[in-house]
Amino acid sequence: MSELVVPVLLTIITASTPLVFAAAGEVVVEKSGVLNLGVEGMMIVGAVVAFAVGVKTESATLAILSGATGGMLTAFIFGFLTLRLLANQVATGLALTIFGLGLSALIGHGFVGKTFSGLPKIGIPLLEQIPVLGSLLFVHDILVFLSVIAVFLITYVLNKTRLGLIIRAVGENHHAAHSIGYSVVWVRMGCILFGGSMAGLGGAYLSLAYTPLWVEGMTAGRGWIALALVVFASWRAWRAFFGAYLFGGITIIQLHAQGFGVDIASQFLSMLPYLATIVVLVLISNNSSRMMLNAPADLGKSFHASD
Amino acid sequence: MWLTLIRDRRKLMILKRIVLGVFLITGMLFNAADGSAAEKKAKVGFVYVGPIGDHGWSYQHNVGRLAIARTFSDKVKTTYVESVPYGADATRVITKLARSGHDLIFTTSFGYMNPTLKIAKRFPKVKFEHATGYKRSKNLATYSGRFYEGRHVVGLIAGKMTKSNILGYVASYPIPEVIRGINSTIIAARSVNPKIKIKVVWVSTWFDPGKEADATKALIAQGADVILQHTDSPAPLQQAQKNKVWAVGQASDMVNFGPKAQLTAIIDDWNAYYINRTKAMLEGTWKSQDTWGGFKSGMVKMAPYNKAIPADVVAMAEKAKDGIIAGTVHPFTGPIKDQSGKIVIPAGKTADDGMLLGMNFYVEGVDGTIPK
Repeated sequence: MSELVVPVLLTIITASTPLVFAAAGEVVVEKSGVLNLGVEGMMIVGAVVAFAVGVKTESATLAILSGATGGMLTAFIFGFLTLRLLANQVATGLALTIFGLGLSALIGHGFVGKTFSGLPKIGIPLLEQIPVLGSLLFVHDILVFLSVIAVFLITYVLNKTRLGLIIRAVGENHHAAHSIGYSVVWVRMGCILFGGSMAGLGGAYLSLAYTPLWVEGMTAGRGWIALALVVFASWRAWRAFFGAYLFGGITIIQLHAQGFGVDIASQFLSMLPYLATIVVLVLISNNSSRMMLNAPADLGKSFHASD
Repeated sequence: MWLTLIRDRRKLMILKRIVLGVFLITGMLFNAADGSAAEKKAKVGFVYVGPIGDHGWSYQHNVGRLAIARTFSDKVKTTYVESVPYGADATRVITKLARSGHDLIFTTSFGYMNPTLKIAKRFPKVKFEHATGYKRSKNLATYSGRFYEGRHVVGLIAGKMTKSNILGYVASYPIPEVIRGINSTIIAARSVNPKIKIKVVWVSTWFDPGKEADATKALIAQGADVILQHTDSPAPLQQAQKNKVWAVGQASDMVNFGPKAQLTAIIDDWNAYYINRTKAMLEGTWKSQDTWGGFKSGMVKMAPYNKAIPADVVAMAEKAKDGIIAGTVHPFTGPIKDQSGKIVIPAGKTADDGMLLGMNFYVEGVDGTIPK
């Protein structure tokens, strides 16, 4: 039994990790009151930059760092346009995705057909020797561990620290935050850059570990799923984490079910993860007060000190 | 408001199209401006379903486009639009190409069939060519490759190379083109080893490296040791290499992605066809027709065989290929039974093109049912 279940669960972890990065990062961005729809664009730039650096230097560490930096630089464009020039966030985010897809194709032009050795697996001493659970939970590449740590850190910082309080204050009421002396623009810029680097890491995971190759458009819509997950999670990082695993889980299990010849239409099974997301969305938004409590009040609004 | 926006990826596509449209329109203006000075070049446009960097289907069509550009560099200007989704977006993109002075337009995926037909009627002076479809009109020709011939050769090799007697097939959409490939593979594989079964996983996409890789992992976990694919990215091959099983490249030689795993690859070679049709358009001899080319016309080719394949297996594969070219071997030669055991092609008969083009049943040896 376990020799059948473990590979399934391992695949679920791989399928979910890029979503975890991107969604957890976007939670922070949206908590600060900024709606960045350019996740897909930042992800794919992260993917191509990480892969390019990985191929050139053969260093996994440098590749991961460059992926995060690539996503961050893409996010900086968004931050500059929306915070400094007060461009519309929705339009800028969409443009960022289109821009990212195009830019990544340009950067990746010379890297189509190249291969990267993939990320090394790291085992946590002692824990990895637990039968079944050990290989399942404690032997992974660094990015999988990092994604879990990131979710813990984000949850902790947002809820338990002064920094988290400032971020939430800026997202809830930027005028109030401004009036007591916080720089709305810089707090938001920080969050945008953080979100960008997380999306970049998600992309890097795709091109370095998930499928260690570069092909144009390889994110294939994962940035959009991450965005939906943020709402699904009602702006909580740990819920986004479970959402990502639920989504990854259903996707993978339906593929396995097909291999076993389970007689359900594969189109229906492919639809299931999206259906589950919508159902949960309906359930959450059913209770409007609960929804209002969680959604940052100033989400998507531009801020100018003179308003 | 933004919720609906993010759920609806199509809106993004529309935006993309709008941006594209602006480019096309400005392009038109420039053309109009310089048209008077220089001699007018003929324009040939391409619509691709995936990115040209997919290293598979769209990539090979783009190789064909570049061949046109090279051959007729002084007479023809080529353009392309990539990653065009089926449906309304396809209609818009093809219409734009037709409006912007293209003389010949290739729409290179099955799902563009109805939009292409509709637009061909509206622009009778523009010549259209649709790949892998079956609807034609006065100014709409169709063309496709007999990829099932390649699948036959692949099936023979896979049948000899498998140890688990399970072949894994990563499939895209349940259309005749894909089902035909699955059937051709299993018929050939079982002709050398009747114990073989084939497991099919449908991923409902032509291109999503991650999902294709996941499907591959699922198949390998269930015992498949030869991976075949009818999706466009090299991810399945790469996963096969990682898990030390065999695989077959799709549409182009993908050997870079799995030098140890790739047994061979079925290569689509559109160059000669595209050059001929462009030539016919330039000379005014272009006619609507249906072309279904295989090994014989060179539209389907096999990539070099993996060195690990025993010499007698390679010889068998080459013999089958020569037989197909000579017309003595047909991949669908009876007796062929469907899954229920009913004989669909009687002994001594071969499937005609009509049956091949409309194939919507699995033959014996395929696990599972076709998604309806």
